[in-house]
Amino acid sequence: MYVAVKGGEAAIANAHRLLADRRRGDRAVPALRLDQIVEQLALGVDRVMSEGSLYDRELAALAVVQARGDMIEAIFLVRAYRTTLPRFGYTNPVDTGAMQVERRVSATYKDLPGGQVLGPTFDYTHRLLDPELAAGAEVETPVQRPVEDEAMPRVSAILAHEGLIEADGEMPRDHVPGDITREPLQFPMARDIRLQALSRGDEGFLLALGYSTQRGYARNHPFVGEVRIGEVELELDVPELPFAVPLGSIRVTECQMVNQFKGSAKAPPQFTRGYGLVFGQSERKAMAMALCDRALRAGELGEDVVAAAQDEEFVISHSDNVQATGFVEHLKLPHYVDFQAELGLVRRMRAEYEARENEDKAAEEKREAAE
Amino acid sequence: MRGQEAREQAERKAAMATLAHAAADEIARLWDGSGLPSEAELLRGPETGLVTVRGRIGGGGAPFNVGEATVTRATVRLPSGQVGHSYSLGRDKQKARLAAIADALWQDPAHRAEVEAKLVAPLRETLDAAREKRRVETGATKVDFFTMVRGED
Repeated sequence: MYVAVKGGEAAIANAHRLLADRRRGDRAVPALRLDQIVEQLALGVDRVMSEGSLYDRELAALAVVQARGDMIEAIFLVRAYRTTLPRFGYTNPVDTGAMQVERRVSATYKDLPGGQVLGPTFDYTHRLLDPELAAGAEVETPVQRPVEDEAMPRVSAILAHEGLIEADGEMPRDHVPGDITREPLQFPMARDIRLQALSRGDEGFLLALGYSTQRGYARNHPFVGEVRIGEVELELDVPELPFAVPLGSIRVTECQMVNQFKGSAKAPPQFTRGYGLVFGQSERKAMAMALCDRALRAGELGEDVVAAAQDEEFVISHSDNVQATGFVEHLKLPHYVDFQAELGLVRRMRAEYEARENEDKAAEEKREAAE
Repeated sequence: MRGQEAREQAERKAAMATLAHAAADEIARLWDGSGLPSEAELLRGPETGLVTVRGRIGGGGAPFNVGEATVTRATVRLPSGQVGHSYSLGRDKQKARLAAIADALWQDPAHRAEVEAKLVAPLRETLDAAREKRRVETGATKVDFFTMVRGED
């Protein structure tokens, strides 16, 4: 028998009101404004945009504050919001070679056109907590150095001239880019769809998988050919205009990972590649994505699939933290009826078990008495 | 004729790009001081929606979908008949409306020079200055490598 149970409305309403109070915290402390979050917690905002799969700084900042800083909850809020908006179309692919670069480093070439540009990086900091920051000290303005406006071709273009590195990934001519927001996941999947899933995937999950490939689970000897961060222009083809309409620019992080060069019967020995492209400034995520992209190409490159990071269904099915948290967290919702059914089953099994025990015991006693 | 048409399209696109990049409050401020007419019939929007941002595998290969971005667009018609469009990242409806009116006025030979001088040029100047500032600040973090003198003769 199924019994519907109602209740808890008042408790739920009061819980939400309590949540709003705790979110606001001590009223003597000024409330955060969204522009403060956008400006001063910029990389947290970028993570919410990347994994929420929606580029909108203010919305991401609102999500962060509404979620009390719980990033996965914030990502969930952003994902839910996107479903309320109509779609205007697909932009033309961004040209990362024309990026206004704010950071660009290569671990494979010291002297490359455009040079090594560090930008606002945590690298080479001493990771010492700064008490002056806690005291709200004034910050110096950045140094400016007039430099030539030099082109910064992607590093992959440099190696490509010698034919020692594989080309940018191509798909068959008539291939339409897949869209996981439109069609359910199906395995095996094409690389373009995998990249879409990885770009919105959980940073921690992809980081751990990328790390596992370095530790020997699907080892493929990666080098960072290049990481670049900066703004790229967006353009959209629309029927009402005879040219692609400019939308403005977004900040992205791109990683070109250069990997081992086994070659096969069909391809000569050459460097292979993994690719990462994510919203905002997040080189950890872009690098992890590139490591995973490369590992997931195992089948295509004739490598044995022996590790988790190479298992497409495993990686892609578990990379989405909104799905993951939904399924894990649903366990705390009422399962009273399910549990009652299982409880009844255990009681019955226990009764049968005890009856069997008693029978055995009685038989044993009887046998002993007979001896 | 064809060359002129192409040039005109390129100029219109450049003006739309400037408006799309510019901050909403700066457009509004310049508009208020410009004397440009802001009367127009709204044909569509302003409405906010999504575009799916595409990248290319490896940077230059086959396209793939990266994620979405909010975009607000508007279409207006001036009393003189010109229809103007605007598209811009974000959710600012007032910006979308003004940018669409600016696009419509830009197509009107009587207003083009004024739109360029009073709106597009100062916006572009602000954007260029911000871009140049970022460029030279980034430039100061460029690594200069020095070859150390080695021990051998």
